[in-house]
Amino acid sequence: MLKRLHGRIFSVSHAWLVVSGLLAFLAVAPLVVLVGIAAEGSGALWPHLMAYVLPTAIVQTGILLFGVGAFVLIVGVGAAWAVTAYDFTGRRIIEWALLLPLAVPTYVVAFAYLDILHPLGPVQSLLRDLLGIVNPGDLKLPDIRSMAGCILLLGFVLYPYVYLSSRAMFLLQPASLMESARTLGAGPIAIFWHVALPAARPGIAVGGSLALMEALNDIGAAQFLGVQTLTVSIYSTWVNRSSLSGAAQIALLMLAIVLVLILLERWGRRHRDDAVGSDIAESMVPKPLTGFANYALMSFLVLPIFLGFVAPALFLVVEAIARIDEAGLSQAIIAETGNTIFIAAAATIIIVVTGFCMAYAVRLVPGKLTGLFLRAGALGYAIPGTVLAISLLVPLAAFDNAVDALAQSWFGISTGLLLSGSGAALIYAYAARFMVIASGGIEAGLNKISLSIDETAATLGAGRRAITGLLHLPLLRPALASAALLVFVDCIKELPATLLLRPFDFETLATHLYAEASRGTYEDGSIAAVLIIMAGLAPIILLSRLSLPVKANDAEVPELKLNSAAI
Amino acid sequence: MSFSGFFTRSRFSVVLIVGGLFAAPAYAADEINIYTTREPGLIEPLIAAYKDKTGVEVKTIFMKDGLSERVLAEGKNSPADILMAVDFGALVDMREKGVTQAVASPAIEAAVPKNLRDDAGNWFGLSMRARILYAAKDEAIESFTYEALADEKYKGKVCIRSGQHPYNTALVAAYIAHHGEAKTENWLRGVKANLARTPAGGDRDVARDILGGICDIGIGNSYYVGLMRSGKGKPEQKAWGEAINTVLPTFEGGGTHVNISGAAIAKHAPNKDAAVKFLEFLVSDEGQLLYAQENYEYPVKVGAHTSPLIEALGKLTVDPLTLDEIATHRKQASELIDKVGFDS
Repeated sequence: MLKRLHGRIFSVSHAWLVVSGLLAFLAVAPLVVLVGIAAEGSGALWPHLMAYVLPTAIVQTGILLFGVGAFVLIVGVGAAWAVTAYDFTGRRIIEWALLLPLAVPTYVVAFAYLDILHPLGPVQSLLRDLLGIVNPGDLKLPDIRSMAGCILLLGFVLYPYVYLSSRAMFLLQPASLMESARTLGAGPIAIFWHVALPAARPGIAVGGSLALMEALNDIGAAQFLGVQTLTVSIYSTWVNRSSLSGAAQIALLMLAIVLVLILLERWGRRHRDDAVGSDIAESMVPKPLTGFANYALMSFLVLPIFLGFVAPALFLVVEAIARIDEAGLSQAIIAETGNTIFIAAAATIIIVVTGFCMAYAVRLVPGKLTGLFLRAGALGYAIPGTVLAISLLVPLAAFDNAVDALAQSWFGISTGLLLSGSGAALIYAYAARFMVIASGGIEAGLNKISLSIDETAATLGAGRRAITGLLHLPLLRPALASAALLVFVDCIKELPATLLLRPFDFETLATHLYAEASRGTYEDGSIAAVLIIMAGLAPIILLSRLSLPVKANDAEVPELKLNSAAI
Repeated sequence: MSFSGFFTRSRFSVVLIVGGLFAAPAYAADEINIYTTREPGLIEPLIAAYKDKTGVEVKTIFMKDGLSERVLAEGKNSPADILMAVDFGALVDMREKGVTQAVASPAIEAAVPKNLRDDAGNWFGLSMRARILYAAKDEAIESFTYEALADEKYKGKVCIRSGQHPYNTALVAAYIAHHGEAKTENWLRGVKANLARTPAGGDRDVARDILGGICDIGIGNSYYVGLMRSGKGKPEQKAWGEAINTVLPTFEGGGTHVNISGAAIAKHAPNKDAAVKFLEFLVSDEGQLLYAQENYEYPVKVGAHTSPLIEALGKLTVDPLTLDEIATHRKQASELIDKVGFDS
């Protein structure tokens, strides 16, 4: 029986390898183009860049990443541990509300806070009234347009990536492990540092790197707040010095830095085995808090929700209502909401299916090659969106023009541009950009399914298809759903690639907001901003439900037993 | 945007990809396709007026960076007829990348002064904006030169958007054309030393920051004053606009620095004739009036109507340097801005 199985796996393996390789090729194609663009440049720009641009840009980027990194780790991991280890007033709500800032794009949080904290905004106006100061110039407070402001604002909307991934890891750790530590005399802090944290590290690394790459690629908030990052210098090199090749060279330098950081992190935990979690373990029982500790913890956790979501969202809602009162709700924006949701949904389906294929290939065909494909497919996230979009223009148009030339010579008809400037091009761009969110999440989900389960199932005579359909897919459901929802929210917020690659007269909420913001008519933009946040809310609430604690008596485990029995 | 045409662009792709489920939009002769870095809200009134008049359908894609790259990649099959930009540097760049074509139109040449268009007819200015001084009411400045921005008496009082924004690189390029690189570098260092805050945000933020007491003077485009004071934005913006005095600064021995919004005909424009007619409409009295009324821009056509709000800024003496000449210093300007660490 085993022999038959091996024979089948061998032939199927090839198919998975080819599919995974093909997808990786598609995902990497823009990067190859980018290298080509960079190679066209003479390098004549580098003395200038080395002397005047990169030293500042690298230091500023370093400070930004360090600051945002520290912030999202402390808030994200801290909050995840707090809701896993302790029970306090409002925990049920806080647990999912901590994810809400995910719905707020970085460019939106930047412009909302510039309004809120400006000397003419509500906060300082109130302060002046309280202090009896009349002239705004007499109350000098630090300007949000600074590195510190940028770190805080990005931190408040990016920490949920870390919160989500580390909470998932904490929930997976068997309570028995904590119990053993406790019996051995370890206090709660020691348990966190020496048991929970090391075991959760792979998850924390995944969430942290997503947050850091968002911060690295951000252009909207950085330009708004006047922070000179590498991404900003890519733009000025390209736009003002008309040097796309120079910009591509900086983008590749940035990619190299990202790769080094990822490799360092992997090297750092080379001797540690992944979490000892198992699917049927009982997760730890949160310890009830009382008195001061109860309210203190609750207040601490409400703060990031308030600053990352409630305050900016509330401000925008007030602005949007004022605008709707004044000018009504345009038909156009309703159509744009439809466009946004439609394209995001279509892209999500494609991204999750391809991400699953790439991650599943790693499990079915162990070895360096599938792993390499998976990692390569994830690289798009480390490149600024516009640069990725520029790099996609070339292969898309090359394909179109080749088909056109063939059609001309064979049938004497012109096919024109097929993919360039089409919805398909947009979806391709989203996929190249957000692949890692799906493939990474699904890979992590697959890693939690022990290989011994596969072996047992195989020994019991289950075929490959049965193992996939009856065992893996049901177990993967939470990971697939989380991946889909995260990707969907990111697609809704996507701006730079949409702006450059879209079809005629096709607006999404993000491009609408950008157009309004770039002519300074933020008041019209506020409606689009509110709609972006609202479109992201439902998926986020769903996301939080899907990642609720799995208890031993929850549906999934019996399902697993049932499936094993069926096999 | 019809659902059917969304995924692909022509009938054949549809046959190739989904077996004819979708129908495709055809590019008929009575339509024009525009790729633009000008915000759609600002050209919609002109497009609507043109459609009313001629029945011609004008489709747009608003993008920011990467417009020429997209046209270049699409090659001879590109659907773009007109390429629009809000900065002459970008128009010169399009010409240099070879994505435009020369057009000989007597109507356009008669309307657009020589210093606001390409010699060979590759691009044309359609409307004009001046880079002007916004000042706090109590500053009581009657006249101003760009050179004076570096004056020590304005230490800690100046607000401006990023030096690397094309509006500012163009101004610095003009400074280089007037005074040479060494003097410009000194000037930039002086302006930087005078800054009240990080260069960031947009031109309206300068007015808002003046009202907010962060700075006393700053540089912004002329039409924002019209947009703010007209009350077309939210009521707060009216307050920002009214909180400032404006002066049309000049270069010592020169005039006021202007930039343009302009257009070029794409090299492979499928509807070239229709596209040229549309540009001719934009520089006609009717088109120029719309630019003035809707966007508070200066008309390029001599003698065309200017909005009263802009008329009130004072008499504009356009700097005599041609935009083409200024454009040759664009890269130099951008590098100088890096060199003095203007934005950091």
